[in-house]
Amino acid sequence: MAGYIIKRIAAMVPTLLLTSFLIFIIIELPPGDYFESYLAELRASGELIDSAKIEFLRTEYGFDKPFLHRYWLWLTGMLHGDFGYSFEHERPVSELIGSRLFFTILLSFLTIIFTWIVAFPIAIYSATHKYSWGDYGLTFLGLLGIATPNFLLALVMMYAANVVFGVSIGGLMDPQFIGQPMSVEKFLSIGAHLVIPVIVIGTAGTAAMIRRIRANLLDELNKQYVVTARAKGVPPFRGLVKYPLRMSLNFFIADIGGILPAVISGAEVIAIVLSLETTGPLLIRALKTQDMYLAGSFLMLLAVLTVIGVLISDLLLAVLDPRIRLEGKALK
Amino acid sequence: MTDQPRQQSDGQWHYVSDAPFDPYEEPAISAGQERYYMASQWRLMWWRFCDHRVAVVSAIFLAAIYFVALFAEFFAPYDLNERNPRAIYHPPQGIHLFHEGTFVGPFVYGRDYALNMETLKREYTVNRDIVHQLHFFCRGTPYRLFGVIDAERRLFCGAETAKIYLAGTDRLGRDMLSRIIHGARISLTIGLFGVAFSMLLGIAIGGMAGYFGGWVDYAVQRIIEVLQSIPTIPLWLALAAIMPVTWSPIAVYFAITIILGLLDWTGLARAVRSKLLALREEEFVMAAQLQGASPRRIISYHLIPNFMSHLIASATIAIPGMILGETALSFLGLGLRPPITSWGVLLNEAQNISAVVLYPWLMLPVVPVVLVILAFNFMGDGMRDAADPYSET
Repeated sequence: MAGYIIKRIAAMVPTLLLTSFLIFIIIELPPGDYFESYLAELRASGELIDSAKIEFLRTEYGFDKPFLHRYWLWLTGMLHGDFGYSFEHERPVSELIGSRLFFTILLSFLTIIFTWIVAFPIAIYSATHKYSWGDYGLTFLGLLGIATPNFLLALVMMYAANVVFGVSIGGLMDPQFIGQPMSVEKFLSIGAHLVIPVIVIGTAGTAAMIRRIRANLLDELNKQYVVTARAKGVPPFRGLVKYPLRMSLNFFIADIGGILPAVISGAEVIAIVLSLETTGPLLIRALKTQDMYLAGSFLMLLAVLTVIGVLISDLLLAVLDPRIRLEGKALK
Repeated sequence: MTDQPRQQSDGQWHYVSDAPFDPYEEPAISAGQERYYMASQWRLMWWRFCDHRVAVVSAIFLAAIYFVALFAEFFAPYDLNERNPRAIYHPPQGIHLFHEGTFVGPFVYGRDYALNMETLKREYTVNRDIVHQLHFFCRGTPYRLFGVIDAERRLFCGAETAKIYLAGTDRLGRDMLSRIIHGARISLTIGLFGVAFSMLLGIAIGGMAGYFGGWVDYAVQRIIEVLQSIPTIPLWLALAAIMPVTWSPIAVYFAITIILGLLDWTGLARAVRSKLLALREEEFVMAAQLQGASPRRIISYHLIPNFMSHLIASATIAIPGMILGETALSFLGLGLRPPITSWGVLLNEAQNISAVVLYPWLMLPVVPVVLVILAFNFMGDGMRDAADPYSET
């Protein structure tokens, strides 16, 4: 097992290296750099230009060096915890993203929990009541969840929550709590504000998960050992829970790897629409102003988060399912 | 059958039936069965697809909506940018058939306009005395179909003085229904081009990985893993953000399709690769190799046609994601920009909470989005089932 974990972690390294290179290419693609647009802006507004400072920043961050060299600087910097410097906010990137990243992780985590709680009973119901009206209705509802653009769902639900429950619109907490130390009220306020994003981000993933678990559970229920158990007089509920359900549970865990990128994607868009203080709005702003280190480090951190999430799901799967082969090659 | 064994020519004793034997008697199949057994693979797929009723309905719906998009100028009552400053934020009008108990055909009631001086909100109240009848195949604003044919007939419009807004108007007094119909062109084609591009990439890259194997396969596998592990929307955003603002709308349109396709080919490439891995061991491949066919020829002439149906099915399932992707990008202001009108661009107008509260009809473009995505999903399901017509259901 330990060998498997080490191997799995070692396999992450090339993946992350490739990811970082890809991201660096993307943030380098736009012509010009932040300083050019910044200088143009200053000139247009007729402000004084502190060219010494800009030259200093340019050299400090290696804008005069060739592409690969800059990539190397960025990469090694990140390994030391130096994620670069946000030119727009004039602060190191790591200072900017700390708390925001925490909320992104919290949001993604809660969303996955929500997905599980909702998908699990519905999938079991759908599989055990195959082709019933309830099954059709739930399947259709799930498809509707996939088809509705989540940003619009977020807007409408935000409005509904405001009218029905009096939750203030947008943000992660009621305005009076911003900057306050953590208290019970603040905690509750954050909780109330997280409900909508979690539901909205979760809908699409939940629907997809229900479909997969339903299919898996149906496969399992058609196997002969289930028939044998029924024939021997095992009560239906026990006959369902004892083995078929446990077998399909594996897909629950394995699915994290599949839905995590989608959850993080969704979290970014929803955060922009609902102006949550997560990474989303900061990222889009950084992308628009070519604040490249901020944007690049963000993308990189999101990728790392996803890769770690997938790793955790793989490890859990290996623990839960003894049939998963840790060694050897995949079957052809 | 006699009850005694008889000695045969080979010296053995066997029981042999005396009944006359007609070798063609047994497989008497009905005409229907014969039709089934003789049908080509594509015909079988077609039949299997037709069995999937929801998929057929979805396919017809999609065909209809693409037809409307093609002749958008005819179906839309107004031009894309036709403004009516007297009808800003005009709410949608319902179609009625009966006026005061008598049948007058489809018509809408007129509206009285007043500016509420306290809230500065434009208020339109229904005036039940004014009846605006809908005219069909009437002369509307002249337009050029496909940019060449001059025409002025439209499916329906109001009388000369009466404007009809079945889906309301936006902040400039432009008819939402016309804009939705015109927007369909962009929204519906962007998914097709994006999928075509991603299929091209998927087949080329997956084909190489599956056919050559070895380090090519390994490298492609790693790249696919990386692309699948990065959350798509942030990456789309990043790619869309690097587009220069100075690009023409058409260039932006094509850039967006390429961006959508660029991240989506991984699933297809995987499917192609695994199919190729299985198929390249087949004897017909070896035969082709021995005859000196090049890898390119073997992949494209002998292998790909074998699972084209699967590819088309998986590509269809990828279209909704692209349509949603474009909508999300445009909604966030990083995708298409006016004057190009897509459903995402239209929804961008509904981005603020005031639209939801005061002018909910600005969110109407979401209706075609949801319907089209549902239809593509159902049709894709049907196509996936049909792609393998020899399997048991």
